[in-house]
Amino acid sequence: MLSYFLKRLLMIVPTLFCVTLTVFVVMRLVPGDPVLLVMGDVKNPELIAQMREQLGLNQAIHLQYIDWIKKLLQLDFGTSIVTGEPVLQAMIQRFGVTAQVVVISVIFAALIAILAGTIAAWQHNKMPDRWIVVFAVFCMSIPSFWLGIALILIFGVQLQWLPTVGYISPLQNLTEGIQFLILPIATLVLTEMGGILRMVRSTTIDILQLDYITHARAKGLGEMTVLFRHALKNSFIPTLTLIGLIMGSLLGGAAVIETVFTLPGLGRLLVTSINGRDYMMVQGIMILVSTTYVMINLLIDMLYPLFDPRVKL
Amino acid sequence: MKLAFSQMITSLKGNALAGYSILFIVITTSLLGNLFSPYDAVETDFLNRFSSPSLSHWFGTDEYGRDVFTRIAEGTFTSLRVSTAAVTFAIVLGALVGAITGYFGGWLDRIAMVIIDSIMAFPGLLLVLGIMAVLGPNEMGIIISLGIAYTPSITRIVRGTVLSLREKEFVEASRLLGNSEWVTLFSHILPNCITPVVVISTSIFTAAVLSETALSFLGLGVPPPAPSWGGMLADSRNYLGLNPWMGIFPGLAITFTLLAINLIGDALRDKWDPRLRTLQEETP
Repeated sequence: MLSYFLKRLLMIVPTLFCVTLTVFVVMRLVPGDPVLLVMGDVKNPELIAQMREQLGLNQAIHLQYIDWIKKLLQLDFGTSIVTGEPVLQAMIQRFGVTAQVVVISVIFAALIAILAGTIAAWQHNKMPDRWIVVFAVFCMSIPSFWLGIALILIFGVQLQWLPTVGYISPLQNLTEGIQFLILPIATLVLTEMGGILRMVRSTTIDILQLDYITHARAKGLGEMTVLFRHALKNSFIPTLTLIGLIMGSLLGGAAVIETVFTLPGLGRLLVTSINGRDYMMVQGIMILVSTTYVMINLLIDMLYPLFDPRVKL
Repeated sequence: MKLAFSQMITSLKGNALAGYSILFIVITTSLLGNLFSPYDAVETDFLNRFSSPSLSHWFGTDEYGRDVFTRIAEGTFTSLRVSTAAVTFAIVLGALVGAITGYFGGWLDRIAMVIIDSIMAFPGLLLVLGIMAVLGPNEMGIIISLGIAYTPSITRIVRGTVLSLREKEFVEASRLLGNSEWVTLFSHILPNCITPVVVISTSIFTAAVLSETALSFLGLGVPPPAPSWGGMLADSRNYLGLNPWMGIFPGLAITFTLLAINLIGDALRDKWDPRLRTLQEETP
C-alpha cells in the first residue's frame, strides 16, 4: 500500500516538469514579445530595455527557465505587471472562492448522478431509463453560461427570490453568502451532472449482467442492496476518475460561470489578466491550475485502493 | 436513389434522426436568414431598440436595434466555421503525428508522447486561454489554440490504432510487394483509423462549439460588432430586465446545435465503436 502511494507520488515529478516547460514555452516562444505586450504603445527603447532586464529576458533561454523554476520552488510567482500585487497572494484569494463553488457543486452533481444513473441502469431500456437519458443529454447540451443567465432571469429578475450577481464571503455573513452561492452552484450541478450520469449508467449496465450480481439476487438480497452495495462498488472507480477530471478542470475552467455571476474567482482573474495582458498573472494561474489538476488526479489515484483492494501499481 | 434515401432514414434510430433533423433545421434557417433577411447583422437602428419578438423582428432587437434573428443566423456560421476549422486542424496534425510516431516508434515517439502528455495535463479551457493570451482574441487565435488543445486526443487514438496494426499480415504484404514505408503507412494503415477518428471527432466538435461560444462570451472570441452566439449572450446580461429575449434566443440556438451534435455523436459511437457493439450483441 505504502509503496503504491510512493510510486504514484514520484510519478508526478516528470508531469509537473512537463507542465512548467509547456507554460514556459507557450509564454516565451510563441510569436509576440512579452515586453511589447506589457508596454503596449510605449516606444521608449530605454524603458523597454529596462523591462527586459527586470524580467530576465536578456539571459539564454535555458538559464531563464532554470531561474524561473528556482523561483517557483520558493513560491515566488512574481508580481502582477498591471496592479503590482504579488501574483501568489492574488491567486490564493481568488482560489478560495472558486474552490468552494466547484467542490460543493461537484459533490452534489456526483451524488445525484450516481443515484439517477444507477436507477437508469436498473430500469435499462424502460421508461425511467429513457427519461433519465434524455435529461442527461439535455444537461450536457445546455451551455453553463446560458443556464446561468436563465436562472438569474427566473429566480433573480422575475421572482426576486435570490440576488442576481455579486459575492459575499460566507465566512463574513453566512446567510447572505449562501444566497449568492445558490445560483452558481445550481448551474454547475445541472451542467456537470450529465457526463457523470452517463458514465454511471453505462458502467452499471455492464456490471448488472455479471454473474456475481445474479448470485446476489439469487441469494435473495433486496434490489436496493444489490444495486447500491454490490453494483455500485464496482461502478464507482471509473466514476471517481471522471469526477476527479471534472473537478480539476472546473477549478481552472470556471471562468465562464464566474463571469456570469461576477464571482471574484480564479477563472475571472485569468480572463481579466488576459485582457489586460498581465503576463505574469496568466503564467502564475496556468501553473497553479495545472498543478492543482495534476494533484487532484493524484489524489483520486491514491483513493483507488481504498475502494478496490485489487488495484495495484 | 429514392429507395436508398428511405433506407437511410429507416436505418437511423430515433435519436440520430432527431439529431440530424435539428442540425438540418438550424443550418437551413440560418442560411435562409442570411440570404433573405431584410436587416443587416451589424447595422444599428436606434429607433427600434429592445423590441420584443414581432412579425417584423422575429426574435426582437438588441441594444443597438439590430435584428436578433439575423445576428443569430450569421453567428451560426461563425461558430460552425471556427469549430470546423479547429477540429480539422486537430485531425490533420493529430493524425500525422499519431501515424508517424505509432509506425516508426523510437525516440521520435517518446518525445511526441511527452509533449502530448504535457498538453493533456492542462484542464479544460486553460491551455486555450493561455495560448490566446499570446495570439490575441481573433478568429485565427481561437482556431489555432482550440486546434492545439484537441490534437492530443486524435494523436493518441491514431497512434494506438497504428500500433495495433503495425505487425498485421496485410502490412507485411504491402512491404513485401515493395511499397515504401510511407505508402504502406498512408494508403494501407491510415484508412483503418477513419472510424475511431470520426467517432472522437464528433465529441471534439461538440467541445469546440461549446468552447467557441464560451470564449466569445468571455470577450475573447471574434471581435465585435461581428455577431457570435456567445457575444450576444454576454451583451444580453446587462439588459435582462429590459429585454430577456436578447439572451433566450442565442442560448436556444447554442443548446439545440449542441443537442443535435451530441445525438449524432452518440449514434455514430453506437454504430462504430467496436467495444460497444460487442456489448450490445451480447445483450439479449
